[in-house]
Amino acid sequence: MNISDIKKYLHDYDGPDMSIMEVCGSHTAAIAKNGIPSLLSPHLHLLSGPGCPVCVTPSAYVDRLLSLAKDPGVCIVTFGDLMRVPGSTPYNLSQARGDGARVEMVYSPMDIFPLAAKEPDTTFIFAAVGFETTAPVYGLLVDYAVKHHIHNVKLLTAIKTMPEVIRHLMESGAPIDGFLAPGHVSVVTGVHVYEPIARDFSIPFGVSGFSGEEILLSLYGIVKARGQGRVMNFYPSVVKEDGNPEARALFETYFEPADACWRGMGTISGSGRELKKDYSWLDAGSEGLDRDTKANPACSCDRVLMGKISPMACPLFGRACTPANPQGACMVSTEGSCFSWYVNKRG
Amino acid sequence: MCVALPGRVLKLNSDAGTATVDFNGNIVEARSGLVDVAPGDRVLVHAGAILQKMSENEGSEMEDLFKELEAFGS
Repeated sequence: MNISDIKKYLHDYDGPDMSIMEVCGSHTAAIAKNGIPSLLSPHLHLLSGPGCPVCVTPSAYVDRLLSLAKDPGVCIVTFGDLMRVPGSTPYNLSQARGDGARVEMVYSPMDIFPLAAKEPDTTFIFAAVGFETTAPVYGLLVDYAVKHHIHNVKLLTAIKTMPEVIRHLMESGAPIDGFLAPGHVSVVTGVHVYEPIARDFSIPFGVSGFSGEEILLSLYGIVKARGQGRVMNFYPSVVKEDGNPEARALFETYFEPADACWRGMGTISGSGRELKKDYSWLDAGSEGLDRDTKANPACSCDRVLMGKISPMACPLFGRACTPANPQGACMVSTEGSCFSWYVNKRG
Repeated sequence: MCVALPGRVLKLNSDAGTATVDFNGNIVEARSGLVDVAPGDRVLVHAGAILQKMSENEGSEMEDLFKELEAFGS
């Protein structure tokens, strides 16, 4: 079967309706960019789930970063995605920087060390947000800080894990018939982590790459395996069955499972990772950040993240909430569902 | 945020814990502490760190999976 046959199959499919959720922000962006929904039968529905780390970070975390940023002896170091995410008010890191706070955007968490070496009297705090893909890089960061006795680098952590939130969605009754499993999370975790969920709910998972063709291949596999609790690896060039055990071992040296608060979903048991007690001197105050308040009460990011509504169904979408004036995290991040729908005019 | 890009290792800089990686002519330094790599390896890089080596022979694995799927009927 070649890609044309697969496209035809997905276009002409007239079996039972299926809702397939992607739980990776990069998949959300790739699906929109490649116009995938327009290639599918009206019986196949794609939902965007909680796959953008910035979008699922609760307001209390952003509030804590903003509060830390007020200290003249502190510099916040972050990926660019987080700059415009609102906390419990519309105020964000980008505005804080405009008001004189020190906020540095970097490409890699490891870029914090040259900054910290130049200013030993300043505390550099990395906004350590992310899923299993980024977690090992935080492992490298902590490993370096510990081994080189660096005391002016700290982390504010909001590290989350995928299997727990996927199980939470299924247990909360989300009408999902299959998952496009996150490719780069799976590079680290391997494919077995989804198997208990696939079995318990009799749903297929397709681990997918990020090109249009790879996504179509995975969707084809998920549709063909409808009703079967199995995990299929459509991205074997980088996803090994057991993932990257070396990367996981390094991370687990310094971090341990913890409950984590997700924007719009509340606290999910064991769905996060925090620094172990022996390394708490590296923590900038990550504990107890479980309050989640909407900056705009009409914002529907919570229901969008759970696949309950499409971004278009939010009363703010495209009106009060646009990429230039985002009201919720899903419109801020370039991998957020609302941003993706807005810029690609999806729906 | 989980974007990762493929490149090829040009050389290892063991003292610094990094590798020099070529992304289609764009040469960057990436941390090499998460997986053993050697010059010539194709690798996937995320947030400045090499996350995994890429395999060159995944074709047969995919072929088997598709044969199995086609046997399911429509």
